Amino acid sequence: MGFNQGNILRNKPHVLPGFRLSLGFTLFYLCLIVLIPLSAVFLRTTELTLSEFWAVVTTPRLLASYRLTFGASLIAALINLVFGFLTAWVLVRYQFVGKKILDALVDLPFALPTAVAGISLTAIYASNGWIGQWLEPHGIKVAFTPLGVVVALTFIGLPFVVRTVQPVLEDFSAEAEEAAASLGANRWQTFYKVILPAVWPALLTGFSLAFARAIGEYGSVIFIAGNMPMVSEITPLMIITKLEQYDYAGATAIAVVMLVISFILLLTINLLQWWSAHRHGSQP
Amino acid sequence: MHATQSQQYAAKIASRRATSEPVWVRYGLITLTVAFLTLFLLVPLAAVFTEALRKGWSVYIAAIFEADALSAMWLTLIAAAIAVPLNLVFGVAAAWAIAKFDFKGKHFLITLIDLPFAVSPVIAGLIYVLMFGLQGWFGEWLIDHDIKVIFAVPGIVLATIFVTFPFVARELIPLMQAQGKEEEEAALVLGASGLKMLWHVTLPNVKWGLIYGVILTNARAMGEFGAVSVVSGHIRGLTNTMPLHVEILYNEYNYAAAFAVASLLTLLALVTLVLKTYVEWQAARSAVRNEEGVIAS
Repeated sequence: MGFNQGNILRNKPHVLPGFRLSLGFTLFYLCLIVLIPLSAVFLRTTELTLSEFWAVVTTPRLLASYRLTFGASLIAALINLVFGFLTAWVLVRYQFVGKKILDALVDLPFALPTAVAGISLTAIYASNGWIGQWLEPHGIKVAFTPLGVVVALTFIGLPFVVRTVQPVLEDFSAEAEEAAASLGANRWQTFYKVILPAVWPALLTGFSLAFARAIGEYGSVIFIAGNMPMVSEITPLMIITKLEQYDYAGATAIAVVMLVISFILLLTINLLQWWSAHRHGSQP
Repeated sequence: MHATQSQQYAAKIASRRATSEPVWVRYGLITLTVAFLTLFLLVPLAAVFTEALRKGWSVYIAAIFEADALSAMWLTLIAAAIAVPLNLVFGVAAAWAIAKFDFKGKHFLITLIDLPFAVSPVIAGLIYVLMFGLQGWFGEWLIDHDIKVIFAVPGIVLATIFVTFPFVARELIPLMQAQGKEEEEAALVLGASGLKMLWHVTLPNVKWGLIYGVILTNARAMGEFGAVSVVSGHIRGLTNTMPLHVEILYNEYNYAAAFAVASLLTLLALVTLVLKTYVEWQAARSAVRNEEGVIAS
């Protein structure tokens, strides 16, 4: 590779080589793998008129699936908001036996294939399963009901809040707490007025990441949901159902609805991160 | 050093009543957390292996060495072996351009790279069906030239690449930004070629992040279900990956075999977690070493 030093030093703004090559390849690969295929979804929906599109995406069965997908995702993300914060707090602040192992295991839902999680949770919560057999006599059915969907989505979203809050709690200075305590705040006031505001942006980010992930989730849910029309069908499954009927236009229309919602969420997450970085930057 | 520091910190906090919780609160919170993590992490983990061995080792071994299972493993390995290197090269290129240079629309580009995270796996499969399926944009052309993408191996590879697209770039961008560009500039001034600089300066500096990204990419590539399920067509022995094989066995009520294959994927996940923990430990150590080096000089 020939290399002209003089030339490089003269081009002040881009001293390092490979800008065009790396950016060019990045854009090419991005277009090829992500942007062009994704644009196919939007272009294919133009085959439907607006009223046809509306009719496809608002059938009662589909509306029921939106309610389940967004409702269960919201509940699961809220569970993870509370328990994710608790887990991060306990892992950062306290010492106990087995802490390191539990800390490493928090990432299990990222690493475990979703289909495996799905069949495992189904086995546990089925009427003869480890937990299901204790719940069934009390009239609580988890497997093959919307409650099962919530359980699967809670599993899938578990690491997000923990992993966004953990570093913020680790960096949180002891001085701020000491100052609050010496100014007469009790422990609860210190927590509520000093610690919680500092981790709030991270909590929100983790919550929205878990929520966004849950909305698109498929593999872990379909096993435990039972997939009864109007009751326990999630929206991604509706896309598969349409595809199996070779109804490409229908599948594409549902995909557009999901994509638009996902993009709005992604935008919200980015804004939250920008906002939290800004806040942290202004108060060192 | 990092561990002892945090331990000292925790001990310091615990020793001061004013900035710590009462003992009963502390133990209550620990118990609650351990119970939650046991319920959602340990129990599902234990269930996989228990169910897999419910009918004994002979059934377990037979399920794993069955011909369809073996071809599913082979296909999973192939898909990962293609997707991981491609996304690795992309990740390094994207991180280089984004971290070392200033240009307009950089933040927008990062958002676009993140897109596959925000897209449902089912939609990730659907987009390739719309491109290469029978009714797709290139459908007729592909039939005329006798090329199969959907319901064949290329579709599975494409879907796998899509869902694992951002991982390496995501890991490398913040690392390379933090490294700055002085070391690379020094290498160039000393007469290194661009490739030499990349190989001897840039990549060693981000080694652990790179390895971490590859581990994550590989785990997701081998375990992907939704996207692959849409493009595969579930042809036994031909277009079945391991997660799809698990689904087929499960739907045939062959639970022992389904969990046997699932246990292999679970082992893969556990190995991933161990590697990840090791890499984080190494990265923390080398960060400390660098700091000490700076102080010493």
